[in-house]
Parts: sequence; C-alpha cells; structure tokens
Amino acid sequence: MADKIILFLQQLINGLAQGSIYALIALGYTMVFGVLRFINFAHGDVYMLGAFAGFYIGPRMLHLFGDKPGYGVLVSMLLVTMILCALIGVLIEWLCYRPLRDRPKLTVLITAIGVSLFLENGGQFLFGADPKSFPEILTDSYLSLPESWGRISELGIQLSAAISMLVTVILLFGLRHIVLHTKMGMAMRALSFNPVAASLMGINNSVVIAFTFGLGSALAGAAGILTSIQQPSIDPLMGVNAGLKAFVAAVLGGIGNLPGAALGGILIGVIETMVVGYVSPTYRDAIVFGVLILILLVKPTGLLGASEQEKV
Amino acid sequence: MRSQLLLLLTLVACGVISTLSSGMNPYYYDILVGIGINIILAAGLNLVNGYTGQFSLGHAGFMAVGAYGSSWLTLSYGYVLGSSSIAMSAFYVLALLLGGIGAALVGLIVGIPSLRLRGDYLAIVTLGFNEIIKGIIQNCEALGAQRGLGGMVLHTNFFWTFAFAALTVYVVVSLVNSTYGRGFLAVKDDEIAAEAMGINTTKYKVLAFVLAAFFAGIAGGLYAHFKQFIHPEGFNFIKSVDIVVMVILGGMGSTIGVCLAAVLLTILPELLRYVSRIDALPEWLRHVTENRMILYSLLLIILMLTRPQGLFGVRLPRKK
Amino acid sequence: MSALLDLNQVTVQFGGLKAVSDVSLQIHTGELVGLIGPNGAGKTTVFNLITGVYRPTMGSIRFANKAVSGQRPYKITARGIARTFQNIRLFGSLTVFDNVRAACNLHLRHGISQALLRGPKFSREEADIEGQVMELLEIFGLEKERDNHCRSLPYGDQRRLEIVRALATKPKLLLLDEPAAGMNPTEKAELMKLIRFTQEKFGLAVLLVEHDMKVVMGICQRIVVLDYGKKIAEGPPEEIRCNPKVIAAYLGT
Repeated sequence: MADKIILFLQQLINGLAQGSIYALIALGYTMVFGVLRFINFAHGDVYMLGAFAGFYIGPRMLHLFGDKPGYGVLVSMLLVTMILCALIGVLIEWLCYRPLRDRPKLTVLITAIGVSLFLENGGQFLFGADPKSFPEILTDSYLSLPESWGRISELGIQLSAAISMLVTVILLFGLRHIVLHTKMGMAMRALSFNPVAASLMGINNSVVIAFTFGLGSALAGAAGILTSIQQPSIDPLMGVNAGLKAFVAAVLGGIGNLPGAALGGILIGVIETMVVGYVSPTYRDAIVFGVLILILLVKPTGLLGASEQEKV
Repeated sequence: MRSQLLLLLTLVACGVISTLSSGMNPYYYDILVGIGINIILAAGLNLVNGYTGQFSLGHAGFMAVGAYGSSWLTLSYGYVLGSSSIAMSAFYVLALLLGGIGAALVGLIVGIPSLRLRGDYLAIVTLGFNEIIKGIIQNCEALGAQRGLGGMVLHTNFFWTFAFAALTVYVVVSLVNSTYGRGFLAVKDDEIAAEAMGINTTKYKVLAFVLAAFFAGIAGGLYAHFKQFIHPEGFNFIKSVDIVVMVILGGMGSTIGVCLAAVLLTILPELLRYVSRIDALPEWLRHVTENRMILYSLLLIILMLTRPQGLFGVRLPRKK
Repeated sequence: MSALLDLNQVTVQFGGLKAVSDVSLQIHTGELVGLIGPNGAGKTTVFNLITGVYRPTMGSIRFANKAVSGQRPYKITARGIARTFQNIRLFGSLTVFDNVRAACNLHLRHGISQALLRGPKFSREEADIEGQVMELLEIFGLEKERDNHCRSLPYGDQRRLEIVRALATKPKLLLLDEPAAGMNPTEKAELMKLIRFTQEKFGLAVLLVEHDMKVVMGICQRIVVLDYGKKIAEGPPEEIRCNPKVIAAYLGT
C-alpha cells in the first residue's frame, strides 16, 4: 500500500513540475484573451523561440561566467530571454495584430495561424529541423530527503525541476504584483472588462495591449528556458505540442482568468503525468485533448471563469 | 433546369477531354488531376468556412476517412461485381461514394458537438479531431498503420476527377443560391438574427459540415486511387492548412474564387520546386522555395493584412 | 378571450441582478401594445425573454396557449413570434431582397433534395417566394432597392427592412424594438401609418418598444410601463400620460 502512495506522490511531483511550465505558457494565452478576446495561436512558438534564444546565447553567457554552470548563468539567461521574448511578442502584435484591430475576429485568427506557421517553418529553416542540445547552464542533480526520514526519502525530484517550479512560483507572484498593485496592471484589468470605457478613462489601450503581449511572451520565454534545463533536446516544433496543452490548460482554468490559467496548467501537468504513469504513454496527448472537448461541452467558461453573454 | 443542363454538358465535356487526354504528358496529367481533387476539397470547405462562416481547420481528416475507406473497400472487395474493367470501375465508384458517406458520418459525429462552439474554439477542436482521426489510422493494422496503405488500382482518371469536381461545384452553388441555401449565409452574417427569423442555425451548420465532409471523402478516394499509396501523415494539419489557404485565397464565399485558388495553389508547389532547382538563384532563396509552408504562412499573413477577402470574396465590414 | 401572449410573473436574473422582476403582461390578437420605460428598464430584456434568447429564472411565458419559455428562438419564431432588434441586425452580406428571402426559410415546403434537383415543385415555390417578398417590400416602399446591398440603405430604410424581414416569417405577434429610432418626424409619421396598416392587413398583434412618446401615444391602444425591471403601470395612453409613477420614473423624483 505504501508503495502505491509513494508512486502516486512521485507522479504528483513530476506532474507539478510539468504543470508549472504549462502554467507559465497558459498565462500568456489567458492574458491576451483577457484584453483582446482573441486566442494567440502563435504564443506556443514564442516558448520555442525562448528555448532557442537560450541555445544560441547560452554558450556566450556561460563564457561570461567563466564557463561554470550555475545559478548566476541561469538567472542571467532567464532575464535576457524574457526581455528578448517580450520584445518579440510586442513586435508580432505591432506588425500583425494591431493593424487588424477593428477587423472581424476571423481575420485575426487566420493571421495568428499564419504567424504560428511562419515561426515554426521559419524556425526549421533557420535553425534546422533536427533537435539541438541545450547547453548545460545548470549542473543537474537528483534531490531527495535523507534516508532517516523513512519512506518519504524514496521521493525525489531533479534539481532542474525543483528550480523550475521555484522560478515559476516567483514569476507568478511577480505577475500577481503587477496585475494587482501597479497602474499598468489596473489598466490591464480595466481593459479586459471594457475597452471602450478604459480608453475613455485615459488609458492608452495600445500601450496596455503591447505590454500584455510582452508580459505573456516573457513568461513563455522563461518557460522555454526552464523546460530546456530539464529536457535539453529542443526543436523548432516543440511549441506546437506544449502550446496546445497550455491552451487546454488556459481553457480548463477559465480563459481570461489568471489564477485559472495557473491552476489549469498545474492540473494539465498532473493529469498528463498520471495518464503516462497509470494508463499508457500513447494516450497522453489524446486524453489532454479529450479534456479540452469535455470542458468545452460541459462548462466552456472553465473552472474559474465567468459566463459572458452577448448583448442582444 | 438551366443549371442541370450545364452540369450535364460539363460531364459530357469531361468524358470527351478524358478520352482525348489519354496520351498526355504524365507530369501535366498529374497536376491536372491534382487540380480537380483540390477543387473538390476547397469548394466543399468553402461551404463551411466561406458560406456558413464556421472556421473548420481539420478538413484533411475527412479526406483521410474517404481515402482509407474507399481503399479498404477496393482492396478487399474490388472483384465483388466481377473482374472486367467495367465491373471494377463500377465498384470503384461505389467505393468512392461509400467513402464519402463514411466521411459524412464522421463529419456528423465531429460536427454536432463542435459546432456549438465559437470561432477560435471550433478551429482548435476540428484541428484536434483531425489529429484523432489520423491517430486512429496510425494505430489500425488493417489500414497499414504507420507504414501506409498501398496497392490500389489506378481507377482515378480525368473524367472521374472532374465529373465529381463539377458535381461538387454544382451542389454548392445551386444550394447556396436557393432560398433554402440563403440560410447558410444568414447564419454566417448574424446567428442571433437568423435564429430570430426561424432559421435553425445548428441544422445549417451541421449540414454544411456534413456535405463538405462528404466531398472531402470523395476527394480522398480519388486521391488514393490515383497515387495508389496513402500515408497518415498525408492527411495531417498541414494538409488541412493547404485547403484552408485555398479557401482564404479564393475568397471565402466565392466558389469561383476558391476554384481558381485551387488551380493556383496546385501549380504553385510545382513552380516552387522548379525555382528551387535554378542554379542561378542564391542558396537561401532556393531553400525557402523548398519549404512551401514558409511562403504559405507569409501569404496568409499578407493576405489578411492587405486583402482579407482574397481574390473574389466580399469584404466583411469593419467593426464599429 | 384568452390571451395570445401571456407572461406570468416572469423574472430573469443575471448573477445578482434582476433585469426583469415579476412582470406579468398579456397581449391579445389584434392589439397594439406599447412597452415603455427609462433606459435600462428591461424592455429589450422582455423581448429577449419572449423570443427565447434568455430563459426566465422564474415565471412562465405562454403563446397561443402553449408554453414557450426555454425553447430555442427559431422554434418560438415558428410558433408565430417575430421581432426586430434595437441595434439593427440585418444580414450584412445579403441584398435587400435576400434579407427577406432568408426569412422565408421558415415556411419553406421543400427541402434540401429539391433545392438540389430543382424540380417543378422547387421552381413553383421559388416563384411564390419571389411574389411574397416583393409584395412585402412594396408595402414598405423598398421594392426598387431589392438588389442593393442592405448596408447601402439609409438608416431609416434599414430599420424598415428589418420589419419586412420579420413579417416574412408570417408571425401572429410582432415585437418591434425601437423601430422609429433615428428617423425624422416625417418618417416617423409614415412608420406609424405603416405599422397600423400591416397590423390590420396581416391580423397581427404588435408589442412596440419606443422612446418617442408621440409615436407610442399615437398608435398604441394600451401601454405597459417598466422601471428597474418591474411593471409600474399599465393602461390606455391618456391614463399613462398623467400617471405620477410614470412621470417620476422618467424625470426622477
């Protein structure tokens, strides 16, 4: 019996680690939906770009730190990648979505698909389609409690996974602070309720939207780095699968709802890991997909989302 | 009456051209049949995406159902009506139609839950069902699984391809132009108003979906018996995007535009292949032309930014 | 004589807000009833409840002696209730003619197979529809615009087209949501005549939401007044005009 509990807890831990990645990406989807009522298909590919930014900048960064992997390198990598991805997000919004602000939803949707495909295929063209090996910026090790703690010592987690979860928590708190305690955050919330009223109150919608894209993309970029330190094999299509799952997570939590996205991400991570552990790895993607269909049929507003009625 | 006459004439013309073209250069013949198949796919999808305003992103899944369904039938039972070429051709057409019906049934199963969802969600769900269908085929030994399915008899020719293409266009155009068919457009323009005018919006959405799936299934069957080998990866998301691009380029809501786009986008990859072999051009340009998806995605973005109505479509009004 | 439309203590609640609260009202065949009240009083919400866009949280709605609450809008339209919208909701990509034609789908006797095969039954019915649509367009003076895109019409004409479209569904009860909005006095007078004309010609009951008191007092036989989702008065125009509660609702106390 204890064996089963230990196994379950281990899966739970693994699921939480994976879930924290999905949570970071899901936040980007949900934030953009909150202010624009639009699903940014290309968001998952920003996550991929983050990983590749790390791939190319990593060796140089390591060099700066005397070729020694460690927390210094990691933190600098995260900062640089987040800023870079934020800029990429803002650029995409400015070039491709902003000109379509007053067009029908379908037009922007198609554009987003175009951007996503362009990033993926462009990535394959620029970086090469075969997987690359992410540089070692953190020396990984396996963490577990000492044997004297009893059976609990059988549980363990990779250092990289633990760091990933820690960084996610820090970033979540940072996001929370921005949204709840800064003027920009308040502007974001105002915009998500009523764009017309927000602009009438003196909020520059364009700036807020750009900021939202940047913030979401920065989180996705961070997720890219955090994934890569756990699984060093990266390829230009890695954003497709992760992006889709993060999207499901955002919908599960309630699209437009920030805590929902975080919750959704963690849930999807755990569900996915449980399916792999207890059912079969081949059904992993199908089950996650099934969750999406189920949610959309039963409660499309998600776990924490509120109903939106169209005014007739 | 007039339109039916036109259809009949077209079918006769197809028959004539078909017999005349038997000596044609196989490369161009290939492209021609490809055009016909793409017309069926695009005109069918246009009914859903263009005329009814539902954004379906998984059309290749229905094509797969038709391709695999009809192939399995001809491979397993091709001799059932006899072994003369007429008997085998007859069975082939039967298999095509059954493949289409199978695809239509799958369309019904996919459509009924999905069509309740709004734009972006519908797109993702249909994409997902595309992947599910592909996944099922990949795990099905009887259909060749990951290895693909081959050995189909080369039944598809110019006549069958363009006969079905003419039929597809006829069905879509005559349906949409009737009073009954105006319902599709009403659903696209304003679902709430359409319901208020007594139009069962769900029925129309599902109907468009099922019809389009039927034609995609026929196209799949035609394709399978032309290439004589099919593989699950040939019916993935990229293939769905191929078809969607045709509909968008042609102008959603214009069957002529969509057919024209089908012609253009069947020829385009061949042109690109030709360009990528020109030694005089710089290396990077040649590489880009090898990957048609980069160009397609750029095409999508540029189209949406500059001319979202495509070649022949009607421009949707800006939001106030 | 039993009522054609019977709302009985209807309430609809969105979250904590009761948009319509305990409203009862009846409309009989051939009546022209006005529904007025300050902005936000819940008038369009009542329309939405009757036509099935919203489902009442409490109370019941009966039409021609059968319950309609909770049914899908298209089924309610099939029973004989048609409406226009406060913010014009025409079929934007269609012509004037086709906007009305689309609404003829409800009473179409042929189905998809006929639409494809186009036999004699199809041709006859399409010719019928052509006649019906043109007749309706002529009543409202829109027959010359038939092939123009509905969006190219001036605002007032678009509003009238919406009424024509609603009439194509052969309703017994017509709900008009601010049909005179944006019209000048001449157009309004014309509209008043048209509403009365169509009501008599087609034997309709009409429920009219309007802000222009001249229009309301001019053609309505009975007026129902809402304020904050509740019914505060009901009666003939002369009574309502002097009703202190009504005056207070509009002017504020």
